[in-house]
Amino acid sequence: MKKVQFNSKISPYIFLAPQIAILLVFLYWPIVQTFRDAFTTQDAFGFGTVFTGFDNFKFVLSDPSYFTSFRFTLIYVFVITLITGSIGLLLAVQANNIIHGKSTYKTLLIWPYAIAPAVVGVTANYFFSERLGLLYGLFNDWWGFNWMHDVSDAYIYVIIAGSWKQISANFIFFLAGLQNIEKSVIEASVIDCKSNFRRFWTITFPLLMPTTFFLIIINITYAFFDTLGIIDTTTIGAPSGETKTLVYKAYIDGFKGLDLGSAGAQSIIMMLIVLVITVFQFRFIEGKIHYH
Amino acid sequence: MQQFYTKSFNHLILIMGLFIMIVPFWLIFASSTHTSSIINTQGLQFWTGDHFFDNYDRVLNKKGGFFSEITASRIFLNSFIMAVGVASISVVTSLMAAYAIVYFKIKQASLFFWLIFITLLVPLELRILPSYSVVSKLNLINSFIGLIVPISASAIATFFFRQFYRSIPDELLESAKLDGANSWKFFIDFLLPLSKTMIAAMFIFMFVFGYNQYLWPIIMTTTEEYWTVVMGLKMMYGSLVDRFAYIILSMIPPVLIVIFLQRWFIQGIFQNK
Repeated sequence: MKKVQFNSKISPYIFLAPQIAILLVFLYWPIVQTFRDAFTTQDAFGFGTVFTGFDNFKFVLSDPSYFTSFRFTLIYVFVITLITGSIGLLLAVQANNIIHGKSTYKTLLIWPYAIAPAVVGVTANYFFSERLGLLYGLFNDWWGFNWMHDVSDAYIYVIIAGSWKQISANFIFFLAGLQNIEKSVIEASVIDCKSNFRRFWTITFPLLMPTTFFLIIINITYAFFDTLGIIDTTTIGAPSGETKTLVYKAYIDGFKGLDLGSAGAQSIIMMLIVLVITVFQFRFIEGKIHYH
Repeated sequence: MQQFYTKSFNHLILIMGLFIMIVPFWLIFASSTHTSSIINTQGLQFWTGDHFFDNYDRVLNKKGGFFSEITASRIFLNSFIMAVGVASISVVTSLMAAYAIVYFKIKQASLFFWLIFITLLVPLELRILPSYSVVSKLNLINSFIGLIVPISASAIATFFFRQFYRSIPDELLESAKLDGANSWKFFIDFLLPLSKTMIAAMFIFMFVFGYNQYLWPIIMTTTEEYWTVVMGLKMMYGSLVDRFAYIILSMIPPVLIVIFLQRWFIQGIFQNK
Protein backbone atom coordinates (compact mmCIF):
# COMPACT_ATOMS: atom_id res chain seq x y z
CA MET A 1 0.00 0.00 0.00
CA LYS A 2 0.97 3.63 -0.46
CA LYS A 3 2.81 5.37 2.35
CA VAL A 4 1.13 8.68 1.54
CA GLN A 5 -2.63 8.64 1.25
CA PHE A 6 -5.59 10.99 1.41
CA ASN A 7 -7.51 11.26 4.65
CA SER A 8 -10.90 12.44 3.36
CA LYS A 9 -13.94 11.12 5.19
CA ILE A 10 -16.47 11.02 2.37
CA SER A 11 -14.62 11.11 -0.97
CA PRO A 12 -13.38 7.49 -0.98
CA TYR A 13 -16.92 6.23 -0.54
CA ILE A 14 -18.10 8.32 -3.44
CA PHE A 15 -15.38 6.74 -5.58
CA LEU A 16 -16.32 3.26 -4.41
CA ALA A 17 -20.09 3.67 -4.59
CA PRO A 18 -20.80 3.02 -8.31
CA GLN A 19 -18.87 -0.23 -8.52
CA ILE A 20 -20.05 -1.51 -5.15
CA ALA A 21 -23.66 -0.71 -6.05
CA ILE A 22 -23.44 -2.61 -9.35
CA LEU A 23 -21.72 -5.55 -7.68
CA LEU A 24 -24.28 -5.73 -4.88
CA VAL A 25 -27.28 -5.77 -7.19
CA PHE A 26 -25.98 -7.78 -10.13
CA LEU A 27 -23.43 -10.02 -8.48
CA TYR A 28 -24.05 -10.53 -4.78
CA TRP A 29 -27.80 -10.77 -5.10
CA PRO A 30 -27.54 -13.52 -7.78
CA ILE A 31 -24.91 -15.32 -5.69
CA VAL A 32 -27.20 -15.33 -2.66
CA GLN A 33 -29.91 -16.66 -4.96
CA THR A 34 -27.54 -19.42 -6.15
CA PHE A 35 -27.00 -20.57 -2.57
CA ARG A 36 -30.73 -20.45 -1.91
CA ASP A 37 -31.38 -22.57 -5.03
CA ALA A 38 -28.64 -25.03 -4.11
CA PHE A 39 -29.98 -25.74 -0.62
CA THR A 40 -33.68 -25.84 -1.45
CA THR A 41 -35.95 -27.88 -3.67
CA GLN A 42 -39.11 -26.78 -5.42
CA ASP A 43 -42.09 -28.83 -4.31
CA ALA A 44 -43.75 -31.01 -6.89
CA PHE A 45 -46.44 -28.47 -7.75
CA GLY A 46 -44.13 -25.51 -7.99
CA PHE A 47 -45.91 -23.64 -5.18
CA GLY A 48 -42.89 -23.08 -3.03
CA THR A 49 -39.49 -24.23 -1.97
CA VAL A 50 -38.35 -26.32 0.95
CA PHE A 51 -34.95 -26.37 2.59
CA THR A 52 -33.29 -29.67 1.74
CA GLY A 53 -29.72 -29.20 2.98
CA PHE A 54 -27.13 -30.98 0.88
CA ASP A 55 -29.64 -33.08 -1.07
CA ASN A 56 -28.97 -31.26 -4.35
CA PHE A 57 -25.23 -31.75 -3.93
CA LYS A 58 -25.72 -35.47 -3.20
CA PHE A 59 -27.93 -35.73 -6.25
CA VAL A 60 -25.37 -34.00 -8.49
CA LEU A 61 -22.40 -35.95 -7.19
CA SER A 62 -24.13 -39.30 -7.48
CA ASP A 63 -25.21 -38.63 -11.06
CA PRO A 64 -23.01 -40.59 -13.51
CA SER A 65 -23.52 -37.93 -16.20
CA TYR A 66 -21.92 -35.38 -13.87
CA PHE A 67 -18.79 -37.50 -13.79
CA THR A 68 -18.83 -37.90 -17.54
CA SER A 69 -18.85 -34.11 -17.70
CA PHE A 70 -16.18 -33.81 -15.05
CA ARG A 71 -13.85 -36.19 -16.83
CA PHE A 72 -14.42 -34.49 -20.18
CA THR A 73 -13.81 -31.03 -18.67
CA LEU A 74 -10.50 -32.15 -17.12
CA ILE A 75 -9.30 -33.60 -20.41
CA TYR A 76 -10.58 -30.61 -22.37
CA VAL A 77 -8.92 -28.02 -20.13
CA PHE A 78 -5.66 -29.95 -20.04
CA VAL A 79 -5.43 -30.57 -23.78
CA ILE A 80 -6.42 -27.02 -24.77
CA THR A 81 -3.91 -25.52 -22.33
CA LEU A 82 -1.17 -27.78 -23.66
CA ILE A 83 -1.93 -27.40 -27.38
CA THR A 84 -2.48 -23.63 -27.40
CA GLY A 85 0.50 -23.04 -25.11
CA SER A 86 2.92 -25.09 -27.21
CA ILE A 87 1.81 -23.76 -30.59
CA GLY A 88 1.73 -20.19 -29.22
CA LEU A 89 5.25 -20.58 -27.83
CA LEU A 90 6.55 -22.20 -31.00
CA LEU A 91 5.25 -19.33 -33.14
CA ALA A 92 6.41 -16.65 -30.69
CA VAL A 93 9.97 -18.02 -30.67
CA GLN A 94 10.09 -17.93 -34.48
CA ALA A 95 8.66 -14.41 -34.61
CA ASN A 96 11.14 -13.22 -31.99
CA ASN A 97 14.06 -14.55 -34.09
CA ILE A 98 13.28 -12.71 -37.28
CA ILE A 99 13.84 -9.04 -37.91
CA HIS A 100 11.91 -8.26 -41.09
CA GLY A 101 8.16 -8.76 -41.10
CA LYS A 102 7.79 -9.27 -37.37
CA SER A 103 4.93 -6.79 -37.05
CA THR A 104 3.15 -8.22 -40.10
CA TYR A 105 3.17 -11.67 -38.55
CA LYS A 106 2.04 -10.16 -35.27
CA THR A 107 -0.94 -8.41 -36.87
CA LEU A 108 -1.89 -11.50 -38.86
CA LEU A 109 -1.76 -13.70 -35.77
CA ILE A 110 -3.38 -11.38 -33.22
CA TRP A 111 -6.86 -10.97 -34.74
CA PRO A 112 -8.36 -14.36 -33.77
CA TYR A 113 -8.08 -13.16 -30.17
CA ALA A 114 -10.97 -10.78 -30.87
CA ILE A 115 -13.38 -13.34 -32.30
CA ALA A 116 -16.19 -14.60 -30.08
CA PRO A 117 -16.06 -18.31 -29.19
CA ALA A 118 -19.58 -18.70 -30.60
CA VAL A 119 -18.43 -17.31 -33.97
CA VAL A 120 -15.54 -19.80 -33.97
CA GLY A 121 -17.97 -22.59 -33.12
CA VAL A 122 -20.44 -21.73 -35.86
CA THR A 123 -17.56 -21.56 -38.35
CA ALA A 124 -16.05 -24.85 -37.16
CA ASN A 125 -19.48 -26.31 -37.81
CA TYR A 126 -19.11 -25.74 -41.53
CA PHE A 127 -15.81 -27.61 -41.55
CA PHE A 128 -17.12 -30.53 -39.52
CA SER A 129 -20.61 -30.93 -40.97
CA GLU A 130 -21.30 -34.10 -42.87
CA ARG A 131 -22.53 -32.27 -45.94
CA LEU A 132 -20.06 -29.42 -46.47
CA GLY A 133 -17.24 -30.14 -44.12
CA LEU A 134 -13.75 -30.31 -45.59
CA LEU A 135 -12.25 -31.64 -42.37
CA TYR A 136 -15.12 -34.05 -41.88
CA GLY A 137 -14.46 -35.45 -45.35
CA LEU A 138 -10.71 -35.61 -44.82
CA PHE A 139 -10.88 -37.33 -41.42
CA ASN A 140 -13.72 -39.57 -42.53
CA ASP A 141 -11.70 -40.92 -45.44
CA TRP A 142 -8.73 -41.29 -43.12
CA TRP A 143 -10.20 -43.26 -40.21
CA GLY A 144 -13.98 -43.12 -40.54
CA PHE A 145 -14.36 -39.93 -38.47
CA ASN A 146 -17.93 -39.45 -37.23
CA TRP A 147 -18.29 -37.13 -34.24
CA MET A 148 -22.02 -37.73 -33.87
CA HIS A 149 -21.41 -41.33 -32.83
CA ASP A 150 -17.81 -41.65 -31.74
CA VAL A 151 -16.72 -40.04 -28.46
CA SER A 152 -13.06 -39.54 -29.32
CA ASP A 153 -13.98 -38.03 -32.69
CA ALA A 154 -16.29 -35.61 -30.88
CA TYR A 155 -13.40 -34.75 -28.53
CA ILE A 156 -11.20 -34.02 -31.56
CA TYR A 157 -13.88 -31.74 -32.99
CA VAL A 158 -14.39 -29.63 -29.86
CA ILE A 159 -10.67 -29.56 -29.08
CA ILE A 160 -9.81 -28.20 -32.53
CA ALA A 161 -12.65 -25.67 -32.35
CA GLY A 162 -11.69 -24.69 -28.79
CA SER A 163 -7.93 -24.39 -29.38
CA TRP A 164 -7.94 -22.43 -32.60
CA LYS A 165 -8.64 -18.94 -31.27
CA GLN A 166 -6.63 -19.32 -28.06
CA ILE A 167 -3.37 -19.90 -29.96
CA SER A 168 -3.47 -16.20 -30.72
CA ALA A 169 -3.51 -15.09 -27.06
CA ASN A 170 -0.65 -17.47 -26.24
CA PHE A 171 1.36 -16.15 -29.16
CA ILE A 172 0.89 -12.49 -28.15
CA PHE A 173 1.88 -13.00 -24.51
CA PHE A 174 4.80 -15.33 -25.20
CA LEU A 175 6.17 -12.90 -27.79
CA ALA A 176 5.86 -9.99 -25.35
CA GLY A 177 7.53 -12.16 -22.68
CA LEU A 178 10.40 -13.03 -25.02
CA GLN A 179 10.91 -9.38 -25.92
CA ASN A 180 11.12 -8.51 -22.22
CA ILE A 181 14.14 -10.76 -21.69
CA GLU A 182 17.37 -8.77 -21.54
CA LYS A 183 19.30 -9.12 -24.80
CA SER A 184 22.60 -9.24 -22.88
CA VAL A 185 21.57 -12.39 -21.01
CA ILE A 186 20.90 -14.21 -24.26
CA GLU A 187 24.07 -12.87 -25.90
CA ALA A 188 26.18 -13.96 -22.96
CA SER A 189 24.69 -17.44 -23.10
CA VAL A 190 25.63 -17.82 -26.78
CA ILE A 191 29.30 -17.99 -25.73
CA ASP A 192 28.70 -20.85 -23.29
CA CYS A 193 26.22 -22.82 -25.28
CA LYS A 194 26.33 -23.16 -29.02
CA SER A 195 23.19 -25.22 -29.53
CA ASN A 196 20.11 -23.07 -30.12
CA PHE A 197 17.86 -25.83 -28.88
CA ARG A 198 19.65 -26.41 -25.59
CA ARG A 199 20.07 -22.69 -25.01
CA PHE A 200 16.33 -22.21 -25.36
CA TRP A 201 15.44 -24.84 -22.78
CA THR A 202 18.17 -24.00 -20.26
CA ILE A 203 18.23 -20.18 -20.47
CA THR A 204 15.25 -18.69 -22.29
CA PHE A 205 12.45 -20.97 -21.14
CA PRO A 206 13.18 -20.61 -17.40
CA LEU A 207 13.21 -16.83 -17.87
CA LEU A 208 9.78 -17.10 -19.48
CA MET A 209 8.30 -18.84 -16.44
CA PRO A 210 6.19 -15.87 -15.24
CA THR A 211 4.56 -15.59 -18.69
CA THR A 212 4.03 -19.35 -18.83
CA PHE A 213 2.29 -19.40 -15.44
CA PHE A 214 0.14 -16.44 -16.40
CA LEU A 215 -0.88 -18.13 -19.64
CA ILE A 216 -1.65 -21.44 -17.95
CA ILE A 217 -4.15 -19.62 -15.73
CA ILE A 218 -5.60 -17.71 -18.71
CA ASN A 219 -5.93 -20.91 -20.74
CA ILE A 220 -7.54 -22.85 -17.90
CA THR A 221 -10.09 -20.08 -17.37
CA TYR A 222 -10.76 -19.90 -21.09
CA ALA A 223 -11.21 -23.65 -21.55
CA PHE A 224 -13.39 -23.86 -18.45
CA PHE A 225 -15.76 -20.93 -19.03
CA ASP A 226 -15.43 -19.28 -22.44
CA THR A 227 -15.82 -22.48 -24.42
CA LEU A 228 -19.51 -22.59 -23.53
CA GLY A 229 -20.24 -20.69 -26.75
CA ILE A 230 -18.19 -23.24 -28.69
CA ILE A 231 -19.90 -26.33 -27.27
CA ASP A 232 -23.33 -24.74 -27.77
CA THR A 233 -22.61 -24.09 -31.46
CA THR A 234 -20.76 -27.32 -32.31
CA THR A 235 -21.61 -30.67 -30.70
CA ILE A 236 -24.21 -29.40 -28.17
CA GLY A 237 -22.82 -32.18 -25.99
CA ALA A 238 -23.11 -34.97 -28.58
CA PRO A 239 -22.75 -37.90 -28.57
CA SER A 240 -25.11 -38.37 -25.60
CA GLY A 241 -23.69 -35.69 -23.31
CA GLU A 242 -20.06 -36.83 -23.64
CA THR A 243 -18.81 -33.38 -24.66
CA LYS A 244 -20.64 -31.23 -22.11
CA THR A 245 -18.26 -29.12 -20.06
CA LEU A 246 -19.26 -28.57 -16.42
CA VAL A 247 -20.30 -24.99 -17.17
CA TYR A 248 -22.38 -26.07 -20.14
CA LYS A 249 -24.04 -28.86 -18.17
CA ALA A 250 -25.03 -26.47 -15.37
CA TYR A 251 -26.57 -24.13 -17.95
CA ILE A 252 -28.49 -26.90 -19.72
CA ASP A 253 -29.74 -28.49 -16.48
CA GLY A 254 -30.84 -25.14 -15.11
CA PHE A 255 -32.16 -23.31 -18.12
CA LYS A 256 -33.40 -26.09 -20.35
CA GLY A 257 -34.11 -28.70 -17.66
CA LEU A 258 -35.42 -26.08 -15.21
CA ASP A 259 -33.71 -27.89 -12.34
CA LEU A 260 -32.58 -24.82 -10.39
CA GLY A 261 -31.50 -26.84 -7.37
CA SER A 262 -29.12 -28.99 -9.35
CA ALA A 263 -27.82 -26.01 -11.36
CA GLY A 264 -27.22 -24.06 -8.13
CA ALA A 265 -25.32 -26.95 -6.55
CA GLN A 266 -23.24 -27.36 -9.72
CA SER A 267 -22.44 -23.62 -9.70
CA ILE A 268 -21.24 -23.80 -6.10
CA ILE A 269 -19.03 -26.82 -6.84
CA MET A 270 -17.50 -24.84 -9.72
CA MET A 271 -17.01 -21.79 -7.49
CA LEU A 272 -14.91 -24.03 -5.24
CA ILE A 273 -12.84 -25.13 -8.23
CA VAL A 274 -12.33 -21.51 -9.29
CA LEU A 275 -11.41 -20.62 -5.69
CA VAL A 276 -8.54 -23.10 -5.80
CA ILE A 277 -7.33 -21.73 -9.16
CA THR A 278 -7.62 -18.13 -7.98
CA VAL A 279 -5.75 -18.68 -4.72
CA PHE A 280 -2.95 -20.10 -6.80
CA GLN A 281 -3.13 -17.13 -9.18
CA PHE A 282 -3.10 -14.51 -6.40
CA ARG A 283 -0.16 -16.10 -4.64
CA PHE A 284 1.65 -16.05 -7.93
CA ILE A 285 0.86 -12.49 -8.99
CA GLU A 286 1.30 -11.01 -5.52
CA GLY A 287 4.48 -13.01 -4.94
CA LYS A 288 5.97 -11.92 -8.26
CA ILE A 289 8.21 -14.94 -8.40
CA HIS A 290 10.97 -14.51 -10.97
CA TYR A 291 9.66 -11.13 -12.10
CA HIS A 292 12.25 -8.84 -13.50
CA MET B 1 24.64 -19.83 -44.62
CA GLN B 2 23.44 -21.45 -41.42
CA GLN B 3 21.87 -18.12 -40.55
CA PHE B 4 19.92 -18.27 -43.80
CA TYR B 5 18.58 -21.76 -43.03
CA THR B 6 17.54 -20.71 -39.52
CA LYS B 7 15.68 -17.66 -40.80
CA SER B 8 13.95 -19.65 -43.53
CA PHE B 9 12.90 -22.20 -40.94
CA ASN B 10 11.48 -19.39 -38.75
CA HIS B 11 9.46 -18.03 -41.65
CA LEU B 12 8.29 -21.51 -42.67
CA ILE B 13 6.85 -22.24 -39.19
CA LEU B 14 5.23 -18.79 -39.02
CA ILE B 15 3.66 -19.22 -42.44
CA MET B 16 2.23 -22.56 -41.36
CA GLY B 17 0.79 -20.77 -38.32
CA LEU B 18 -0.73 -18.07 -40.52
CA PHE B 19 -2.18 -20.77 -42.74
CA ILE B 20 -4.05 -22.38 -39.82
CA MET B 21 -5.29 -19.00 -38.62
CA ILE B 22 -6.33 -17.47 -41.92
CA VAL B 23 -7.52 -20.26 -44.21
CA PRO B 24 -10.75 -21.19 -42.35
CA PHE B 25 -12.10 -17.65 -42.42
CA TRP B 26 -10.77 -17.04 -45.90
CA LEU B 27 -12.86 -19.97 -47.15
CA ILE B 28 -15.91 -18.61 -45.35
CA PHE B 29 -15.30 -15.16 -46.86
CA ALA B 30 -14.66 -16.48 -50.38
CA SER B 31 -17.79 -18.64 -50.16
CA SER B 32 -19.85 -15.68 -48.99
CA THR B 33 -19.31 -13.96 -52.33
CA HIS B 34 -20.92 -16.72 -54.42
CA THR B 35 -24.53 -17.59 -55.07
CA SER B 36 -26.33 -20.14 -52.93
CA SER B 37 -26.59 -22.63 -55.76
CA ILE B 38 -22.82 -22.79 -56.18
CA ILE B 39 -22.30 -23.44 -52.48
CA ASN B 40 -25.07 -26.02 -52.38
CA THR B 41 -23.70 -27.95 -55.32
CA GLN B 42 -19.94 -27.43 -55.03
CA GLY B 43 -19.36 -26.80 -51.32
CA LEU B 44 -17.00 -24.21 -49.80
CA GLN B 45 -15.15 -22.08 -52.35
CA PHE B 46 -11.42 -21.31 -52.36
CA TRP B 47 -11.72 -18.22 -54.54
CA THR B 48 -14.08 -15.22 -54.43
CA GLY B 49 -17.10 -14.88 -56.68
CA ASP B 50 -18.86 -11.78 -58.00
CA HIS B 51 -21.81 -11.54 -55.61
CA PHE B 52 -20.05 -9.66 -52.82
CA PHE B 53 -22.21 -6.53 -52.93
CA ASP B 54 -25.52 -8.32 -53.53
CA ASN B 55 -24.96 -10.74 -50.68
CA TYR B 56 -23.66 -8.29 -48.09
CA ASP B 57 -26.30 -5.71 -48.93
CA ARG B 58 -29.03 -8.32 -48.58
CA VAL B 59 -27.72 -9.57 -45.27
CA LEU B 60 -27.36 -6.11 -43.76
CA ASN B 61 -30.53 -4.49 -45.03
CA LYS B 62 -33.17 -7.02 -45.91
CA LYS B 63 -36.07 -7.04 -43.52
CA GLY B 64 -37.56 -10.37 -42.62
CA GLY B 65 -35.36 -12.59 -44.74
CA PHE B 66 -32.83 -13.18 -42.10
CA PHE B 67 -34.45 -12.51 -38.79
CA SER B 68 -38.19 -12.18 -38.77
CA GLU B 69 -38.72 -8.48 -38.08
CA ILE B 70 -35.47 -6.59 -37.96
CA THR B 71 -32.45 -6.12 -40.20
CA ALA B 72 -28.94 -7.23 -39.39
CA SER B 73 -27.82 -3.57 -39.33
CA ARG B 74 -30.08 -3.05 -36.33
CA ILE B 75 -28.45 -6.03 -34.65
CA PHE B 76 -25.03 -4.50 -35.26
CA LEU B 77 -26.16 -1.23 -33.74
CA ASN B 78 -27.40 -3.10 -30.65
CA SER B 79 -24.09 -4.89 -30.25
CA PHE B 80 -22.20 -1.66 -30.62
CA ILE B 81 -24.33 0.04 -27.96
CA MET B 82 -23.85 -2.95 -25.68
CA ALA B 83 -20.06 -3.14 -26.17
CA VAL B 84 -19.50 0.60 -25.67
CA GLY B 85 -21.82 0.57 -22.66
CA VAL B 86 -20.04 -2.34 -21.00
CA ALA B 87 -16.61 -0.87 -21.71
CA SER B 88 -17.50 2.63 -20.47
CA ILE B 89 -19.29 1.57 -17.31
CA SER B 90 -16.72 -0.97 -16.24
CA VAL B 91 -13.72 1.26 -17.00
CA VAL B 92 -15.16 4.31 -15.19
CA THR B 93 -16.37 2.43 -12.11
CA SER B 94 -13.16 0.38 -11.91
CA LEU B 95 -10.90 3.43 -12.21
CA MET B 96 -12.76 5.09 -9.35
CA ALA B 97 -12.91 2.03 -7.11
CA ALA B 98 -9.23 1.23 -7.58
CA TYR B 99 -8.38 4.85 -6.78
CA ALA B 100 -10.32 4.70 -3.52
CA ILE B 101 -8.63 1.44 -2.52
CA VAL B 102 -5.06 2.53 -3.26
CA TYR B 103 -5.03 6.24 -2.43
CA PHE B 104 -7.28 6.63 0.62
CA LYS B 105 -6.95 5.73 4.26
CA ILE B 106 -10.22 3.89 4.78
CA LYS B 107 -11.08 2.10 7.99
CA GLN B 108 -12.63 -0.90 6.32
CA ALA B 109 -10.14 -0.91 3.44
CA SER B 110 -9.67 -4.67 3.45
CA LEU B 111 -13.43 -5.26 3.65
CA PHE B 112 -13.95 -3.27 0.45
CA PHE B 113 -10.95 -4.89 -1.14
CA TRP B 114 -12.40 -8.35 -0.58
CA LEU B 115 -15.95 -7.30 -1.39
CA ILE B 116 -14.68 -6.30 -4.83
CA PHE B 117 -12.05 -8.91 -5.58
CA ILE B 118 -13.85 -11.98 -4.33
CA THR B 119 -16.20 -11.42 -7.27
CA LEU B 120 -13.40 -12.62 -9.56
CA LEU B 121 -14.32 -16.08 -8.31
CA VAL B 122 -17.76 -15.89 -9.85
CA PRO B 123 -17.69 -15.35 -13.61
CA LEU B 124 -21.01 -14.62 -15.29
CA GLU B 125 -21.29 -18.22 -16.49
CA LEU B 126 -21.63 -19.39 -12.88
CA ARG B 127 -24.47 -17.06 -11.97
CA ILE B 128 -26.29 -16.75 -15.22
CA LEU B 129 -29.64 -18.23 -14.11
CA PRO B 130 -29.95 -16.27 -10.84
CA SER B 131 -28.75 -13.15 -12.69
CA TYR B 132 -31.63 -13.68 -15.07
CA SER B 133 -34.11 -13.94 -12.20
CA VAL B 134 -32.74 -10.74 -10.59
CA VAL B 135 -32.93 -8.85 -13.87
CA SER B 136 -36.48 -10.02 -14.44
CA LYS B 137 -37.48 -9.00 -10.89
CA LEU B 138 -36.15 -5.53 -11.70
CA ASN B 139 -38.18 -5.49 -14.91
CA LEU B 140 -35.08 -5.11 -17.05
CA ILE B 141 -35.68 -7.97 -19.48
CA ASN B 142 -35.49 -6.59 -23.02
CA SER B 143 -33.63 -3.40 -22.17
CA PHE B 144 -30.15 -2.05 -22.75
CA ILE B 145 -29.64 -1.59 -19.01
CA GLY B 146 -30.36 -5.28 -18.53
CA LEU B 147 -27.96 -6.19 -21.34
CA ILE B 148 -25.16 -3.90 -20.19
CA VAL B 149 -25.02 -3.43 -16.43
CA PRO B 150 -24.88 -7.07 -15.23
CA ILE B 151 -22.02 -7.69 -17.69
CA SER B 152 -20.22 -4.62 -16.30
CA ALA B 153 -20.29 -6.08 -12.79
CA SER B 154 -16.71 -7.21 -13.13
CA ALA B 155 -13.66 -6.62 -10.98
CA ILE B 156 -11.08 -7.57 -13.60
CA ALA B 157 -10.44 -3.98 -14.66
CA THR B 158 -10.36 -2.87 -11.00
CA PHE B 159 -7.66 -5.42 -10.37
CA PHE B 160 -5.55 -4.14 -13.27
CA PHE B 161 -6.00 -0.47 -12.30
CA ARG B 162 -5.07 -1.28 -8.70
CA GLN B 163 -1.86 -2.99 -9.84
CA PHE B 164 -1.10 -0.02 -12.04
CA TYR B 165 -1.67 2.63 -9.34
CA ARG B 166 0.51 0.69 -6.96
CA SER B 167 3.36 0.85 -9.45
CA ILE B 168 3.21 4.68 -9.53
CA PRO B 169 5.91 6.19 -7.26
CA ASP B 170 4.70 7.81 -4.01
CA GLU B 171 6.53 11.00 -4.98
CA LEU B 172 3.74 11.84 -7.43
CA LEU B 173 1.19 12.21 -4.65
CA GLU B 174 3.70 14.01 -2.40
CA SER B 175 4.41 16.63 -5.02
CA ALA B 176 0.74 16.99 -5.89
CA LYS B 177 -0.01 17.57 -2.23
CA LEU B 178 2.68 20.25 -2.09
CA ASP B 179 0.90 21.92 -4.99
CA GLY B 180 -2.22 21.87 -2.87
CA ALA B 181 -4.15 19.32 -4.91
CA ASN B 182 -7.10 17.66 -3.19
CA SER B 183 -8.17 14.09 -3.92
CA TRP B 184 -10.42 15.03 -6.86
CA LYS B 185 -7.85 17.30 -8.46
CA PHE B 186 -5.15 14.65 -8.05
CA PHE B 187 -7.38 12.02 -9.65
CA ILE B 188 -8.37 14.13 -12.64
CA ASP B 189 -5.22 16.18 -13.28
CA PHE B 190 -2.48 13.76 -12.28
CA LEU B 191 -3.68 10.18 -12.29
CA LEU B 192 -5.99 10.08 -15.33
CA PRO B 193 -3.42 11.42 -17.81
CA LEU B 194 -0.89 8.88 -16.51
CA SER B 195 -3.40 6.03 -16.88
CA LYS B 196 -4.20 6.70 -20.54
CA THR B 197 -2.56 3.55 -21.92
CA MET B 198 -4.08 1.44 -19.19
CA ILE B 199 -7.52 2.95 -19.79
CA ALA B 200 -7.23 2.26 -23.52
CA ALA B 201 -6.18 -1.34 -22.88
CA MET B 202 -9.04 -1.97 -20.47
CA PHE B 203 -11.52 -0.29 -22.79
CA ILE B 204 -10.49 -2.55 -25.69
CA PHE B 205 -10.58 -5.59 -23.43
CA MET B 206 -14.05 -4.80 -22.09
CA PHE B 207 -15.38 -3.74 -25.51
CA VAL B 208 -14.45 -7.12 -26.99
CA PHE B 209 -15.79 -8.82 -23.86
CA GLY B 210 -19.14 -7.02 -24.17
CA TYR B 211 -19.42 -7.45 -27.93
CA ASN B 212 -18.64 -11.17 -27.71
CA GLN B 213 -21.30 -11.98 -25.10
CA TYR B 214 -23.31 -14.91 -26.29
CA LEU B 215 -25.33 -16.59 -23.56
CA TRP B 216 -26.41 -13.49 -21.65
CA PRO B 217 -28.26 -11.83 -24.56
CA ILE B 218 -29.83 -15.19 -25.48
CA ILE B 219 -31.30 -15.50 -22.00
CA MET B 220 -32.01 -11.83 -21.49
CA THR B 221 -33.95 -10.92 -24.62
CA THR B 222 -37.23 -12.19 -25.92
CA THR B 223 -37.84 -9.64 -28.67
CA GLU B 224 -35.64 -9.18 -31.70
CA GLU B 225 -35.40 -5.48 -30.97
CA TYR B 226 -32.60 -6.16 -28.47
CA TRP B 227 -30.80 -9.02 -30.17
CA THR B 228 -27.04 -8.78 -30.57
CA VAL B 229 -24.68 -9.96 -33.28
CA VAL B 230 -23.11 -12.97 -31.61
CA MET B 231 -26.33 -14.43 -30.27
CA GLY B 232 -27.81 -13.78 -33.73
CA LEU B 233 -25.63 -16.60 -35.05
CA LYS B 234 -27.82 -19.02 -33.15
CA MET B 235 -31.08 -17.33 -34.11
CA MET B 236 -30.62 -16.43 -37.76
CA TYR B 237 -32.04 -18.26 -40.68
CA GLY B 238 -31.37 -17.80 -44.36
CA SER B 239 -29.22 -19.54 -46.91
CA LEU B 240 -25.66 -20.73 -46.30
CA VAL B 241 -24.30 -17.77 -48.26
CA ASP B 242 -26.23 -15.36 -46.02
CA ARG B 243 -24.86 -17.09 -42.96
CA PHE B 244 -21.30 -16.91 -44.25
CA ALA B 245 -21.64 -13.19 -44.94
CA TYR B 246 -23.11 -12.66 -41.49
CA ILE B 247 -20.21 -14.53 -39.85
CA ILE B 248 -17.69 -12.34 -41.67
CA LEU B 249 -19.57 -9.14 -40.75
CA SER B 250 -19.85 -10.24 -37.12
CA MET B 251 -16.07 -10.48 -36.79
CA ILE B 252 -15.22 -7.11 -38.26
CA PRO B 253 -15.78 -4.67 -35.36
CA PRO B 254 -13.77 -6.44 -32.62
CA VAL B 255 -11.07 -7.60 -35.04
CA LEU B 256 -10.52 -4.07 -36.36
CA ILE B 257 -10.36 -2.66 -32.87
CA VAL B 258 -7.81 -5.20 -31.72
CA ILE B 259 -5.66 -4.86 -34.85
CA PHE B 260 -5.54 -1.08 -34.82
CA LEU B 261 -5.17 -0.68 -31.10
CA GLN B 262 -2.91 -3.67 -30.47
CA ARG B 263 0.00 -1.47 -29.41
CA TRP B 264 -1.97 0.09 -26.52
CA PHE B 265 -3.58 -3.18 -25.69
CA ILE B 266 -0.33 -5.10 -25.29
CA GLN B 267 1.46 -2.19 -23.59
CA GLY B 268 -1.38 -1.71 -21.11
CA ILE B 269 -1.50 -5.34 -20.09
CA PHE B 270 2.26 -5.50 -19.74
CA GLN B 271 2.59 -2.30 -17.77
CA ASN B 272 1.54 -4.39 -14.82
CA LYS B 273 4.18 -6.97 -15.10
